[in-house]
Amino acid sequence: MKRYSAFAIAREALRFHTGWERAWRTPEAKKHYDVVIVGAGGHGLATAYYLGKNHGITNVAIIEKGWLGGGNTGRNTTIIRSNYLQDESAAIYEKARSLYETLSQDLNYNIMFSPRGVMMLAQTEHEIRGYKRTEHANRLQGIETRFISPAAVKKLLPIIELSGPRFPVLGALWQPRGGTARHDAVAWGYARACSDMGMDILQKTEVTAIQQKAGQVTGVETTRGTITTGKLGIVVAGHSGQLADMAGFRLPIESVALQALVSEPIKPCMDVVVMANTVHGYMSQSDKGEMVIGGGADGFNNYTQRGSFHHIEETVRALIETFPIVSRLKMLRQWGGIVDMTGDRSPIISKTPLGNTFINCGWGTGGFKSIPGSGWAMAEMMAKGEPGELAAGFGLDRFREGRFIDESVAAGVAH
Amino acid sequence: MLILTCPYCGINADETDLHGDGEAHIPRQGAGAAEDDFEAYLFHKKNPRGVHFERWRHVFGCGKWFHAARDTMTLEVFGTYKAQTFEPPKALINKIKKKRLDWEGYMK
Repeated sequence: MKRYSAFAIAREALRFHTGWERAWRTPEAKKHYDVVIVGAGGHGLATAYYLGKNHGITNVAIIEKGWLGGGNTGRNTTIIRSNYLQDESAAIYEKARSLYETLSQDLNYNIMFSPRGVMMLAQTEHEIRGYKRTEHANRLQGIETRFISPAAVKKLLPIIELSGPRFPVLGALWQPRGGTARHDAVAWGYARACSDMGMDILQKTEVTAIQQKAGQVTGVETTRGTITTGKLGIVVAGHSGQLADMAGFRLPIESVALQALVSEPIKPCMDVVVMANTVHGYMSQSDKGEMVIGGGADGFNNYTQRGSFHHIEETVRALIETFPIVSRLKMLRQWGGIVDMTGDRSPIISKTPLGNTFINCGWGTGGFKSIPGSGWAMAEMMAKGEPGELAAGFGLDRFREGRFIDESVAAGVAH
Repeated sequence: MLILTCPYCGINADETDLHGDGEAHIPRQGAGAAEDDFEAYLFHKKNPRGVHFERWRHVFGCGKWFHAARDTMTLEVFGTYKAQTFEPPKALINKIKKKRLDWEGYMK
Protein backbone atom coordinates (compact mmCIF):
# COMPACT_ATOMS: atom_id res chain seq x y z
CA MET A 1 0.00 0.00 0.00
CA LYS A 2 1.32 3.42 -0.92
CA ARG A 3 0.98 5.88 1.92
CA TYR A 4 -1.09 9.00 1.55
CA SER A 5 0.95 12.15 2.19
CA ALA A 6 1.51 15.69 1.00
CA PHE A 7 4.38 14.31 -1.05
CA ALA A 8 2.05 11.76 -2.70
CA ILE A 9 -0.35 14.53 -3.71
CA ALA A 10 2.51 16.51 -5.25
CA ARG A 11 3.82 13.41 -7.03
CA GLU A 12 0.41 12.55 -8.46
CA ALA A 13 -0.28 16.13 -9.45
CA LEU A 14 2.77 15.95 -11.72
CA ARG A 15 1.56 12.78 -13.48
CA PHE A 16 -2.12 13.57 -13.90
CA HIS A 17 -3.22 11.43 -10.92
CA THR A 18 -2.54 8.18 -12.73
CA GLY A 19 -0.69 6.55 -9.84
CA TRP A 20 -3.37 6.25 -7.15
CA GLU A 21 -4.07 2.69 -6.08
CA ARG A 22 -7.43 1.24 -5.17
CA ALA A 23 -7.94 1.71 -1.44
CA TRP A 24 -8.74 -1.98 -0.88
CA ARG A 25 -8.65 -5.18 -2.88
CA THR A 26 -11.73 -7.09 -4.11
CA PRO A 27 -10.49 -10.64 -3.59
CA GLU A 28 -12.01 -14.03 -4.32
CA ALA A 29 -13.10 -15.92 -1.19
CA LYS A 30 -10.63 -18.47 0.16
CA LYS A 31 -11.83 -21.83 1.45
CA HIS A 32 -10.69 -21.25 5.02
CA TYR A 33 -9.93 -18.35 7.35
CA ASP A 34 -8.75 -18.34 10.95
CA VAL A 35 -11.39 -15.74 11.72
CA VAL A 36 -14.56 -14.79 9.85
CA ILE A 37 -16.32 -11.58 10.76
CA VAL A 38 -19.85 -11.06 9.50
CA GLY A 39 -20.59 -7.42 8.82
CA ALA A 40 -18.23 -4.89 7.22
CA GLY A 41 -19.53 -1.84 8.99
CA GLY A 42 -17.42 0.28 11.29
CA HIS A 43 -17.54 -2.20 14.19
CA GLY A 44 -16.75 -5.25 12.05
CA LEU A 45 -13.87 -3.57 10.24
CA ALA A 46 -12.48 -2.15 13.48
CA THR A 47 -12.62 -5.62 15.02
CA ALA A 48 -10.65 -7.01 12.08
CA TYR A 49 -8.17 -4.14 12.20
CA TYR A 50 -7.35 -4.57 15.89
CA LEU A 51 -7.19 -8.37 15.47
CA GLY A 52 -4.36 -7.74 13.04
CA LYS A 53 -2.73 -4.79 14.74
CA ASN A 54 -2.94 -5.82 18.40
CA HIS A 55 -2.99 -9.61 18.14
CA GLY A 56 -1.24 -10.46 14.86
CA ILE A 57 -4.17 -12.40 13.40
CA THR A 58 -4.42 -11.53 9.72
CA ASN A 59 -5.96 -14.59 8.03
CA VAL A 60 -9.33 -12.90 8.35
CA ALA A 61 -12.37 -12.49 6.12
CA ILE A 62 -14.94 -9.76 6.62
CA ILE A 63 -18.18 -10.78 4.94
CA GLU A 64 -20.70 -8.13 3.99
CA LYS A 65 -24.18 -8.58 2.52
CA GLY A 66 -24.24 -5.15 0.88
CA TRP A 67 -21.28 -2.81 0.50
CA LEU A 68 -18.87 -1.86 3.25
CA GLY A 69 -20.03 0.93 5.50
CA GLY A 70 -23.44 0.89 3.81
CA GLY A 71 -25.52 0.24 6.91
CA ASN A 72 -25.63 2.31 10.07
CA THR A 73 -22.01 3.43 9.61
CA GLY A 74 -23.22 5.55 6.70
CA ARG A 75 -26.50 6.51 8.32
CA ASN A 76 -25.63 8.07 11.67
CA THR A 77 -25.16 11.68 12.73
CA THR A 78 -21.38 11.20 13.37
CA ILE A 79 -21.39 12.38 16.98
CA ILE A 80 -18.51 11.27 19.23
CA ARG A 81 -18.71 11.69 23.00
CA SER A 82 -18.07 9.65 26.14
CA ASN A 83 -20.04 11.42 28.88
CA TYR A 84 -21.78 8.31 30.14
CA LEU A 85 -22.94 7.67 33.68
CA GLN A 86 -22.00 4.04 34.29
CA ASP A 87 -18.34 3.06 34.70
CA GLU A 88 -18.37 0.27 32.10
CA SER A 89 -19.90 2.54 29.44
CA ALA A 90 -17.64 5.47 30.25
CA ALA A 91 -14.58 3.21 29.96
CA ILE A 92 -15.37 1.82 26.52
CA TYR A 93 -16.72 5.06 25.03
CA GLU A 94 -13.74 7.02 26.36
CA LYS A 95 -11.38 4.39 24.91
CA ALA A 96 -13.15 4.90 21.57
CA ARG A 97 -13.01 8.69 21.80
CA SER A 98 -9.33 8.68 22.64
CA LEU A 99 -8.58 6.28 19.75
CA TYR A 100 -10.48 8.62 17.42
CA GLU A 101 -8.05 11.40 18.33
CA THR A 102 -5.14 9.67 16.61
CA LEU A 103 -7.06 7.45 14.19
CA SER A 104 -6.19 9.50 11.09
CA GLN A 105 -2.47 9.07 11.77
CA ASP A 106 -2.92 5.46 12.84
CA LEU A 107 -4.77 4.49 9.64
CA ASN A 108 -2.96 6.96 7.36
CA TYR A 109 -6.45 7.99 6.27
CA ASN A 110 -8.06 11.32 7.07
CA ILE A 111 -11.20 10.57 9.07
CA MET A 112 -11.69 14.30 9.70
CA PHE A 113 -12.08 13.95 13.48
CA SER A 114 -13.21 17.32 14.74
CA PRO A 115 -13.17 17.63 18.55
CA ARG A 116 -15.43 20.66 18.47
CA GLY A 117 -17.22 19.92 21.73
CA VAL A 118 -20.57 18.33 22.52
CA MET A 119 -23.21 19.94 24.70
CA MET A 120 -26.27 18.17 26.03
CA LEU A 121 -28.91 20.72 26.92
CA ALA A 122 -30.72 20.55 30.23
CA GLN A 123 -34.26 21.76 29.63
CA THR A 124 -35.99 20.51 32.76
CA GLU A 125 -35.07 20.54 36.44
CA HIS A 126 -34.66 16.76 36.30
CA GLU A 127 -32.13 17.04 33.52
CA ILE A 128 -30.10 19.56 35.50
CA ARG A 129 -29.88 17.11 38.37
CA GLY A 130 -29.19 14.20 36.02
CA TYR A 131 -26.38 15.98 34.19
CA LYS A 132 -24.78 17.25 37.39
CA ARG A 133 -24.72 13.67 38.56
CA THR A 134 -23.12 12.62 35.27
CA GLU A 135 -20.56 15.41 35.60
CA HIS A 136 -19.50 14.09 39.03
CA ALA A 137 -19.45 10.50 37.76
CA ASN A 138 -17.33 11.56 34.78
CA ARG A 139 -14.87 13.31 37.08
CA LEU A 140 -14.37 10.06 39.00
CA GLN A 141 -13.97 8.20 35.70
CA GLY A 142 -11.34 10.65 34.48
CA ILE A 143 -13.47 12.09 31.70
CA GLU A 144 -13.54 15.84 31.35
CA THR A 145 -17.10 17.19 31.35
CA ARG A 146 -18.55 20.31 32.92
CA PHE A 147 -22.03 21.48 33.74
CA ILE A 148 -22.24 24.98 32.27
CA SER A 149 -24.67 27.86 32.74
CA PRO A 150 -27.15 29.17 30.15
CA ALA A 151 -24.87 32.19 29.63
CA ALA A 152 -21.96 29.89 28.83
CA VAL A 153 -24.21 27.95 26.42
CA LYS A 154 -25.12 31.17 24.65
CA LYS A 155 -21.45 32.15 24.38
CA LEU A 156 -20.54 28.84 22.75
CA LEU A 157 -23.64 28.78 20.58
CA PRO A 158 -24.93 32.25 19.70
CA ILE A 159 -27.81 30.99 17.50
CA ILE A 160 -29.57 29.33 20.43
CA GLU A 161 -32.78 30.72 21.93
CA LEU A 162 -32.45 30.26 25.69
CA SER A 163 -35.91 31.32 26.82
CA GLY A 164 -38.23 29.24 24.67
CA PRO A 165 -41.59 28.97 26.44
CA ARG A 166 -41.82 25.19 26.37
CA PHE A 167 -38.17 24.17 26.40
CA PRO A 168 -36.08 26.82 28.16
CA VAL A 169 -32.34 26.12 28.27
CA LEU A 170 -31.34 25.79 31.93
CA GLY A 171 -27.75 24.72 31.39
CA ALA A 172 -25.82 22.02 29.60
CA LEU A 173 -23.41 19.17 30.12
CA TRP A 174 -20.36 20.19 28.09
CA GLN A 175 -17.72 17.75 26.87
CA PRO A 176 -15.11 19.90 25.14
CA ARG A 177 -13.23 16.92 23.67
CA GLY A 178 -16.27 15.35 22.03
CA GLY A 179 -17.06 16.12 18.42
CA THR A 180 -17.68 14.58 15.03
CA ALA A 181 -15.83 12.62 12.35
CA ARG A 182 -16.43 11.73 8.74
CA HIS A 183 -18.37 8.49 9.13
CA ASP A 184 -17.69 6.94 5.70
CA ALA A 185 -13.98 7.68 6.06
CA VAL A 186 -13.88 5.68 9.30
CA ALA A 187 -15.15 2.60 7.45
CA TRP A 188 -12.94 3.28 4.42
CA GLY A 189 -9.84 3.91 6.50
CA TYR A 190 -10.26 0.67 8.46
CA ALA A 191 -11.06 -1.23 5.25
CA ARG A 192 -7.91 0.05 3.56
CA ALA A 193 -5.75 -0.86 6.55
CA CYS A 194 -7.35 -4.33 6.85
CA SER A 195 -6.89 -5.01 3.15
CA ASP A 196 -3.26 -3.92 3.46
CA MET A 197 -2.70 -6.48 6.22
CA GLY A 198 -3.91 -9.19 3.82
CA MET A 199 -7.46 -9.53 5.11
CA ASP A 200 -10.21 -10.24 2.59
CA ILE A 201 -13.25 -7.97 2.51
CA LEU A 202 -15.98 -9.91 0.70
CA GLN A 203 -18.71 -7.49 -0.28
CA LYS A 204 -22.08 -8.49 -1.80
CA THR A 205 -21.74 -11.81 0.01
CA GLU A 206 -24.61 -12.84 2.24
CA VAL A 207 -24.29 -15.40 5.02
CA THR A 208 -27.15 -17.87 4.64
CA ALA A 209 -26.31 -20.41 7.34
CA ILE A 210 -23.85 -21.05 10.16
CA GLN A 211 -22.31 -24.53 10.27
CA GLN A 212 -21.55 -26.15 13.59
CA LYS A 213 -20.29 -29.43 14.92
CA ALA A 214 -20.39 -30.58 18.55
CA GLY A 215 -21.32 -27.12 19.77
CA GLN A 216 -18.45 -25.40 17.93
CA VAL A 217 -18.71 -23.23 14.86
CA THR A 218 -17.03 -24.76 11.79
CA GLY A 219 -17.94 -22.35 9.03
CA VAL A 220 -20.50 -20.24 7.25
CA GLU A 221 -22.48 -20.85 4.10
CA THR A 222 -22.61 -17.80 1.91
CA THR A 223 -23.92 -16.80 -1.47
CA ARG A 224 -20.33 -17.31 -2.67
CA GLY A 225 -19.97 -20.82 -1.29
CA THR A 226 -18.95 -22.40 1.98
CA ILE A 227 -16.16 -20.84 4.03
CA THR A 228 -14.71 -22.72 6.98
CA THR A 229 -13.40 -20.85 9.98
CA GLY A 230 -11.90 -21.34 13.40
CA LYS A 231 -13.67 -18.38 14.97
CA LEU A 232 -16.75 -16.41 14.01
CA GLY A 233 -17.59 -12.82 14.94
CA ILE A 234 -21.12 -11.54 14.38
CA VAL A 235 -21.15 -7.77 14.06
CA VAL A 236 -24.33 -6.92 12.17
CA ALA A 237 -26.22 -4.40 14.35
CA GLY A 238 -29.92 -4.38 13.44
CA HIS A 239 -29.83 -7.81 11.83
CA SER A 240 -28.15 -9.57 14.77
CA GLY A 241 -31.37 -11.44 15.48
CA GLN A 242 -31.23 -13.14 12.07
CA LEU A 243 -27.63 -14.26 12.53
CA ALA A 244 -28.30 -15.42 16.09
CA ASP A 245 -31.22 -17.43 14.75
CA MET A 246 -28.84 -19.16 12.29
CA ALA A 247 -26.46 -19.90 15.15
CA GLY A 248 -29.31 -21.25 17.26
CA PHE A 249 -29.83 -18.74 20.04
CA ARG A 250 -31.93 -15.69 20.77
CA LEU A 251 -30.91 -12.20 21.80
CA PRO A 252 -32.43 -9.63 24.16
CA ILE A 253 -32.69 -7.25 21.22
CA GLU A 254 -35.42 -5.54 19.26
CA SER A 255 -34.79 -3.70 16.02
CA VAL A 256 -36.33 -0.33 15.25
CA ALA A 257 -35.76 2.40 12.71
CA LEU A 258 -33.97 5.52 13.91
CA GLN A 259 -33.96 8.45 11.56
CA ALA A 260 -31.96 11.50 10.68
CA LEU A 261 -32.11 14.32 8.16
CA VAL A 262 -29.87 17.00 6.72
CA SER A 263 -30.63 20.49 5.52
CA GLU A 264 -29.34 22.40 2.54
CA PRO A 265 -25.81 23.73 3.15
CA ILE A 266 -25.53 27.15 4.76
CA LYS A 267 -22.68 29.33 5.99
CA PRO A 268 -21.00 28.26 9.24
CA CYS A 269 -23.30 29.13 12.14
CA MET A 270 -22.55 26.59 14.85
CA ASP A 271 -19.24 24.97 15.70
CA VAL A 272 -20.38 22.61 18.45
CA VAL A 273 -22.63 19.57 18.58
CA VAL A 274 -25.92 20.07 20.42
CA MET A 275 -28.10 17.34 21.86
CA ALA A 276 -31.47 17.97 23.43
CA ASN A 277 -32.83 14.84 25.05
CA THR A 278 -36.08 16.32 26.32
CA VAL A 279 -37.22 17.06 22.79
CA HIS A 280 -35.22 14.19 21.36
CA GLY A 281 -33.27 16.03 18.74
CA TYR A 282 -29.62 16.68 18.05
CA MET A 283 -27.89 18.88 15.58
CA SER A 284 -24.45 19.74 14.26
CA GLN A 285 -23.14 21.47 11.16
CA SER A 286 -21.11 19.41 8.73
CA ASP A 287 -18.00 20.70 7.00
CA LYS A 288 -20.11 21.10 3.87
CA GLY A 289 -22.44 23.40 5.80
CA GLU A 290 -25.44 21.09 6.08
CA MET A 291 -27.24 21.00 9.39
CA VAL A 292 -27.19 17.32 10.41
CA ILE A 293 -30.23 16.54 12.52
CA GLY A 294 -30.95 13.38 14.44
CA GLY A 295 -34.52 12.42 15.21
CA GLY A 296 -36.54 9.87 17.08
CA ALA A 297 -36.72 6.10 16.98
CA ASP A 298 -39.90 4.29 16.03
CA GLY A 299 -42.00 2.82 18.81
CA PHE A 300 -42.38 -0.58 17.15
CA ASN A 301 -40.17 -3.31 15.64
CA ASN A 302 -39.30 -2.77 12.03
CA TYR A 303 -36.58 -3.17 9.43
CA THR A 304 -37.74 -0.53 6.97
CA GLN A 305 -34.72 1.85 7.03
CA ARG A 306 -37.02 4.85 6.74
CA GLY A 307 -38.87 5.63 9.98
CA SER A 308 -42.19 7.26 10.80
CA PHE A 309 -42.94 10.72 9.51
CA HIS A 310 -44.32 12.14 12.73
CA HIS A 311 -40.86 11.88 14.34
CA ILE A 312 -39.53 14.38 11.81
CA GLU A 313 -42.33 16.73 12.67
CA GLU A 314 -41.67 16.43 16.41
CA THR A 315 -37.92 16.90 16.03
CA VAL A 316 -38.17 19.86 13.68
CA ARG A 317 -40.89 21.51 15.76
CA ALA A 318 -38.64 21.44 18.81
CA LEU A 319 -35.57 22.52 16.86
CA ILE A 320 -37.13 25.67 15.42
CA GLU A 321 -38.15 26.72 18.89
CA THR A 322 -34.60 26.34 20.22
CA PHE A 323 -32.93 27.49 16.97
CA PRO A 324 -35.28 30.00 15.28
CA ILE A 325 -32.61 30.59 12.62
CA VAL A 326 -33.27 27.17 11.05
CA SER A 327 -37.00 27.72 10.55
CA ARG A 328 -36.75 28.51 6.85
CA LEU A 329 -34.14 25.90 5.98
CA LYS A 330 -35.03 23.35 3.35
CA MET A 331 -34.33 19.75 4.20
CA LEU A 332 -32.33 17.85 1.60
CA ARG A 333 -32.48 14.25 2.68
CA GLN A 334 -34.06 12.04 5.30
CA TRP A 335 -33.17 8.42 6.02
CA GLY A 336 -33.43 5.70 8.63
CA GLY A 337 -31.12 3.08 10.04
CA ILE A 338 -32.05 -0.13 11.83
CA VAL A 339 -30.78 0.03 15.38
CA ASP A 340 -30.57 -2.92 17.74
CA MET A 341 -31.97 -1.93 21.11
CA THR A 342 -31.29 -3.80 24.33
CA GLY A 343 -33.41 -3.38 27.43
CA ASP A 344 -30.71 -1.48 29.36
CA ARG A 345 -29.57 0.49 26.28
CA SER A 346 -26.04 -0.88 26.65
CA PRO A 347 -24.26 -2.98 24.05
CA ILE A 348 -23.48 -6.68 24.02
CA ILE A 349 -19.88 -7.79 23.46
CA SER A 350 -20.01 -11.41 24.38
CA LYS A 351 -19.27 -15.05 23.90
CA THR A 352 -22.35 -16.93 22.72
CA PRO A 353 -23.91 -20.34 23.41
CA LEU A 354 -22.17 -21.56 20.22
CA GLY A 355 -18.46 -22.28 20.76
CA ASN A 356 -15.85 -19.98 19.21
CA THR A 357 -18.63 -17.62 18.15
CA PHE A 358 -18.68 -14.07 19.43
CA ILE A 359 -21.21 -11.33 19.07
CA ASN A 360 -20.95 -7.56 19.14
CA CYS A 361 -24.32 -5.83 18.92
CA GLY A 362 -26.91 -3.86 20.82
CA TRP A 363 -25.24 -0.48 20.33
CA GLY A 364 -28.71 0.86 19.63
CA THR A 365 -28.69 4.53 18.79
CA GLY A 366 -25.06 5.12 19.87
CA GLY A 367 -22.86 2.94 17.69
CA PHE A 368 -20.75 5.32 15.65
CA LYS A 369 -18.98 7.00 18.56
CA SER A 370 -17.87 3.66 19.92
CA ILE A 371 -16.42 2.07 16.77
CA PRO A 372 -12.70 2.03 17.71
CA GLY A 373 -13.32 1.01 21.33
CA SER A 374 -15.81 -1.64 20.32
CA GLY A 375 -13.43 -3.10 17.75
CA TRP A 376 -10.58 -3.01 20.27
CA ALA A 377 -12.60 -4.91 22.90
CA MET A 378 -14.12 -7.37 20.41
CA ALA A 379 -10.71 -8.16 18.88
CA GLU A 380 -9.25 -8.78 22.33
CA MET A 381 -12.09 -11.18 23.16
CA MET A 382 -11.85 -13.00 19.82
CA ALA A 383 -8.08 -13.38 20.05
CA LYS A 384 -7.98 -14.60 23.66
CA GLY A 385 -11.33 -16.41 23.77
CA GLU A 386 -12.36 -14.50 26.88
CA PRO A 387 -13.55 -10.91 27.25
CA GLY A 388 -10.91 -8.44 28.44
CA GLU A 389 -11.35 -5.59 30.86
CA LEU A 390 -13.29 -3.35 28.45
CA ALA A 391 -15.79 -6.01 27.37
CA ALA A 392 -16.20 -7.84 30.68
CA GLY A 393 -19.34 -6.01 31.79
CA PHE A 394 -21.13 -6.32 28.46
CA GLY A 395 -21.69 -10.09 28.37
CA LEU A 396 -25.01 -11.70 27.50
CA ASP A 397 -25.08 -13.21 31.00
CA ARG A 398 -25.77 -9.81 32.56
CA PHE A 399 -29.46 -10.17 31.68
CA ARG A 400 -29.80 -13.51 33.42
CA GLU A 401 -27.93 -12.19 36.44
CA GLY A 402 -29.76 -8.88 36.59
CA ARG A 403 -26.44 -7.03 36.35
CA PHE A 404 -27.63 -4.35 33.95
CA ILE A 405 -25.57 -1.40 32.78
CA ASP A 406 -28.51 0.90 32.84
CA GLU A 407 -27.98 3.76 30.43
CA SER A 408 -31.65 4.05 29.51
CA VAL A 409 -32.18 6.22 32.55
CA ALA A 410 -28.73 7.77 32.53
CA ALA A 411 -28.62 8.74 28.88
CA GLY A 412 -32.27 9.52 28.35
CA VAL A 413 -33.35 8.62 24.87
CA ALA A 414 -30.90 10.21 22.49
CA HIS A 415 -27.85 8.09 23.01
CA MET B 1 -47.64 6.39 9.16
CA LEU B 2 -48.64 3.07 10.65
CA ILE B 3 -52.42 2.71 10.96
CA LEU B 4 -54.05 -0.06 13.01
CA THR B 5 -57.76 -0.74 13.47
CA CYS B 6 -58.65 -0.99 17.14
CA PRO B 7 -60.66 -4.22 17.48
CA TYR B 8 -62.67 -2.77 20.37
CA CYS B 9 -63.82 0.60 19.09
CA GLY B 10 -63.32 -0.02 15.36
CA ILE B 11 -61.36 3.18 14.87
CA ASN B 12 -58.51 3.34 12.37
CA ALA B 13 -55.94 4.76 14.75
CA ASP B 14 -52.58 6.05 13.52
CA GLU B 15 -49.42 5.31 15.48
CA THR B 16 -49.48 8.59 17.40
CA ASP B 17 -52.74 7.41 19.05
CA LEU B 18 -51.21 4.08 19.94
CA HIS B 19 -48.47 2.65 22.10
CA GLY B 20 -46.60 -0.41 20.87
CA ASP B 21 -45.36 -2.83 23.49
CA GLY B 22 -43.48 -5.51 21.63
CA GLU B 23 -43.86 -9.21 21.07
CA ALA B 24 -47.19 -10.86 21.90
CA HIS B 25 -48.11 -14.39 23.00
CA ILE B 26 -45.08 -14.91 25.25
CA PRO B 27 -45.98 -17.78 27.61
CA ARG B 28 -45.82 -16.53 31.17
CA GLN B 29 -43.26 -18.12 33.49
CA GLY B 30 -43.91 -18.28 37.20
CA ALA B 31 -41.71 -18.42 40.28
CA GLY B 32 -41.03 -22.14 39.82
CA ALA B 33 -39.72 -21.82 36.30
CA ALA B 34 -36.27 -23.01 35.27
CA GLU B 35 -33.65 -20.25 35.02
CA ASP B 36 -33.29 -20.59 31.25
CA ASP B 37 -37.04 -20.36 30.73
CA PHE B 38 -37.36 -17.35 32.97
CA GLU B 39 -34.49 -15.55 31.25
CA ALA B 40 -36.04 -16.25 27.85
CA TYR B 41 -39.43 -15.09 29.08
CA LEU B 42 -38.04 -11.78 30.33
CA PHE B 43 -35.48 -10.93 27.67
CA HIS B 44 -35.21 -13.09 24.57
CA LYS B 45 -37.02 -11.70 21.58
CA LYS B 46 -37.97 -13.22 18.23
CA ASN B 47 -37.41 -9.84 16.57
CA PRO B 48 -38.33 -11.32 13.17
CA ARG B 49 -37.67 -9.79 9.80
CA GLY B 50 -41.17 -10.44 8.52
CA VAL B 51 -44.37 -11.51 10.26
CA HIS B 52 -44.58 -10.21 13.83
CA PHE B 53 -47.33 -10.59 16.39
CA GLU B 54 -47.32 -7.77 18.86
CA ARG B 55 -49.15 -6.00 21.65
CA TRP B 56 -50.55 -2.52 21.24
CA ARG B 57 -52.58 -0.20 23.42
CA HIS B 58 -55.05 2.33 22.10
CA VAL B 59 -53.77 4.96 24.55
CA PHE B 60 -55.43 8.04 23.09
CA GLY B 61 -58.68 6.19 22.43
CA CYS B 62 -60.46 3.49 24.35
CA GLY B 63 -57.29 2.70 26.35
CA LYS B 64 -57.55 -1.05 25.79
CA TRP B 65 -54.83 -3.55 24.90
CA PHE B 66 -55.08 -5.46 21.64
CA HIS B 67 -52.89 -7.55 19.35
CA ALA B 68 -51.73 -6.92 15.80
CA ALA B 69 -50.04 -9.04 13.13
CA ARG B 70 -47.71 -7.01 10.99
CA ASP B 71 -44.80 -7.40 8.59
CA THR B 72 -41.71 -5.64 9.97
CA MET B 73 -40.15 -5.37 6.50
CA THR B 74 -43.07 -3.88 4.56
CA LEU B 75 -45.21 -2.54 7.44
CA GLU B 76 -48.17 -4.41 5.91
CA VAL B 77 -50.80 -5.01 8.58
CA PHE B 78 -52.43 -8.45 8.34
CA GLY B 79 -55.00 -7.81 11.03
CA THR B 80 -55.74 -6.88 14.62
CA TYR B 81 -57.62 -8.83 17.27
CA LYS B 82 -58.64 -8.60 20.88
CA ALA B 83 -56.13 -9.47 23.57
CA GLN B 84 -58.22 -12.08 25.41
CA THR B 85 -56.56 -15.02 23.69
CA PHE B 86 -53.41 -17.13 24.02
CA GLU B 87 -52.87 -17.47 20.29
CA PRO B 88 -53.78 -15.63 17.10
CA PRO B 89 -57.12 -16.43 15.42
CA LYS B 90 -56.99 -19.33 12.92
CA ALA B 91 -58.46 -17.19 10.13
CA LEU B 92 -55.68 -14.64 10.53
CA ILE B 93 -52.98 -17.32 10.49
CA ASN B 94 -54.44 -18.79 7.30
CA LYS B 95 -54.57 -15.36 5.72
CA ILE B 96 -50.89 -14.73 6.51
CA LYS B 97 -49.88 -18.20 5.26
CA LYS B 98 -51.50 -17.42 1.92
CA LYS B 99 -49.64 -14.14 1.64
CA ARG B 100 -46.28 -15.32 3.00
CA LEU B 101 -45.60 -18.78 1.63
CA ASP B 102 -42.22 -19.14 3.38
CA TRP B 103 -43.56 -18.09 6.79
CA GLU B 104 -42.77 -20.72 9.40
CA GLY B 105 -45.69 -19.96 11.71
CA TYR B 106 -45.91 -17.87 14.84
CA MET B 107 -44.52 -20.60 17.11
CA LYS B 108 -41.11 -20.47 15.38
